[in-house]
Amino acid sequence: MSAAVLVAVLVAGGVFLVLQRGLVRVTLGFILLGHAANVLLLSAGGMARRGAPLVGEVDAEAAADPLPQAFALTAIVITFGITVYLFGLAGAGADEEAAALPGESTGGER
Amino acid sequence: MDALLPLLVGGPVLVAFVTTRLRAAVLRRALGLLVSGSVLVASVLLVLATRDGDVLAAQVAGWPAGIAIPLAVDLLSALMVAVASLLVTTCLAFAAATGDDEDRWFVPLALVLSAGVYGAFVTADLFNLFVLVEVALIPSYVLLTMHARREQLRAGRVYLAVNLLGSTVLLAGIALLYGVTGTVNLGELAGAATQSDAAALAAGVVLVAFGVKAAVVPAHGWLPATYPHAPPAVTALFSGLLTKLGVYALFRVYSVVFEGDPRLSGVLLVLFLATMVLGVLGALGEGSMRSILVFHMVSQVGYILLGLSFFGVLGMTAAIFYFLHHTVVKASLLMSAGAIEHTAGTDRLDRLGGLARREPLLALAFLISALSLAGLPPFSGFVAKFVLVRAALLEQQYLAAGLAIGVSLFTLLSMMKIWNGVFWGRAPHEHPTTTAGAPVNPDPGPESGAAQAHRESLATQAAAAVDVVADARTASTPDEPPHVRRALVLPGLALAVVTVAIGLGAEVVLDLSRVAAEGLVDTGAYVEAVTGR
Repeated sequence: MSAAVLVAVLVAGGVFLVLQRGLVRVTLGFILLGHAANVLLLSAGGMARRGAPLVGEVDAEAAADPLPQAFALTAIVITFGITVYLFGLAGAGADEEAAALPGESTGGER
Repeated sequence: MDALLPLLVGGPVLVAFVTTRLRAAVLRRALGLLVSGSVLVASVLLVLATRDGDVLAAQVAGWPAGIAIPLAVDLLSALMVAVASLLVTTCLAFAAATGDDEDRWFVPLALVLSAGVYGAFVTADLFNLFVLVEVALIPSYVLLTMHARREQLRAGRVYLAVNLLGSTVLLAGIALLYGVTGTVNLGELAGAATQSDAAALAAGVVLVAFGVKAAVVPAHGWLPATYPHAPPAVTALFSGLLTKLGVYALFRVYSVVFEGDPRLSGVLLVLFLATMVLGVLGALGEGSMRSILVFHMVSQVGYILLGLSFFGVLGMTAAIFYFLHHTVVKASLLMSAGAIEHTAGTDRLDRLGGLARREPLLALAFLISALSLAGLPPFSGFVAKFVLVRAALLEQQYLAAGLAIGVSLFTLLSMMKIWNGVFWGRAPHEHPTTTAGAPVNPDPGPESGAAQAHRESLATQAAAAVDVVADARTASTPDEPPHVRRALVLPGLALAVVTVAIGLGAEVVLDLSRVAAEGLVDTGAYVEAVTGR
């Protein structure tokens, strides 16, 4: 239940930010959406079992499902890389003309 | 041969890593062509090995099946890898001609992109598919915004946002599917959506995500807003690889996880018909070659997927044949457009004209591909549309059949618009330059005047600091107006020859498509190979 509420809050915040004009805000929105997806991944493995998934150290009944953890780790790395690139784009000037979308350019060749 | 499957991904990535260390553009170019050519050869071998419906499978790193990430190549995957590697090879040759690959990062990025695409075609694990799609997408973000021009940055903003959103939805879909079924192995997911409604809903989220990446209406708007702004070689590369990735994933997920669930086919049919119609209508309003062609991509994605919504061997055969045909033809057209844009500095219809007389070879390449796209015999497009319409009629989808024929008339109209604007008539008096200033005379008549004009245009282009210009200056002598260089024409022409070959030898390709389609309709062999049972 707590995971569901967390995902809902993260998605709400993420969608709100993604719909803003500035690229930095959009990027922050995607960070929230990425977190929401990661929480969803972790909760897909079951929230009740929390033991470290190491063979021989923790009872198999209590061990958490390691696969969603690996998924979330991979997804975090990917989201992080793209986030940095988005910030890079914002710094390079993609943010300056946030008001004009491609195709609405005034003059200049396409 | 099975154990070598991971090399399809690992090979290009390793070579990409090596090419980042090379300073000489020639070496990078040679290595890039070598590795994508090798993948092409390997994929032809794969097609030969799987043409009877066999499935090759490898469990990565030798873990037992069920724990390992499985890679599986059936005929569909082999054909996809074959056409993708053909495209990567020709695009690298085209990029060598435009000078795009003199950028130190072009070849490595293109190779990593291709590795991700090959990997996505052969993986049989849903999460691994997500990762490989990202491996293909991340270099594409960089390639799109490579020259950091203003409109490219703006396009990059839209492209990144849409694809990141699509990837997030995909990840959420995979999480839900794992939560419901406890596996992401496609072999074990076979038919999962038909057994439980929760799984169907979760897999539906996955379908939506791939629909966004394939530019299916109503999520098609990002494609025409972004692709025309990339460097020409990059647009050609993207057209054949990235949206096709989404289309392939739709094929695979719908046939394996949903087993062609008839509950969905009505919805899919409506969406794909809308994609077909809206794409072609959008193209009518565009004024430059590449933006027209990119809008047609949306329309053609609808055509390809139409066969999927019929599901049956006939529909899937049509879809797979259409996929192969369209990948080749669209890349050829985009390369012709790119060759013109690279030489003339623009691809706007109102600033071009009379190229048929000056550039007969280029005109021929464009004409063949354009007629093939519109679906005229004897080119591959005719066979593709014929098979598709026949499948629609046999499925008693008369509306779909009628729309497919009607849309191809509009396609022909768009192609004629390009042909009239760019190839026929006279060259306009205002010769376009990169900065759209400096009126100069494009007529080859007075030698010295033309030479002067040429130098002028080169000077303005150099002032605009477009690095590709350095290439054009060394290549064309100052005695004549800029002709489209042979090296720019040949890659597109080679693909045009392929479409003629597919058209004339349709029997062979159709047979292959049919076997691949049977493998999708009855996934037994695929599932058996993936799960190892």
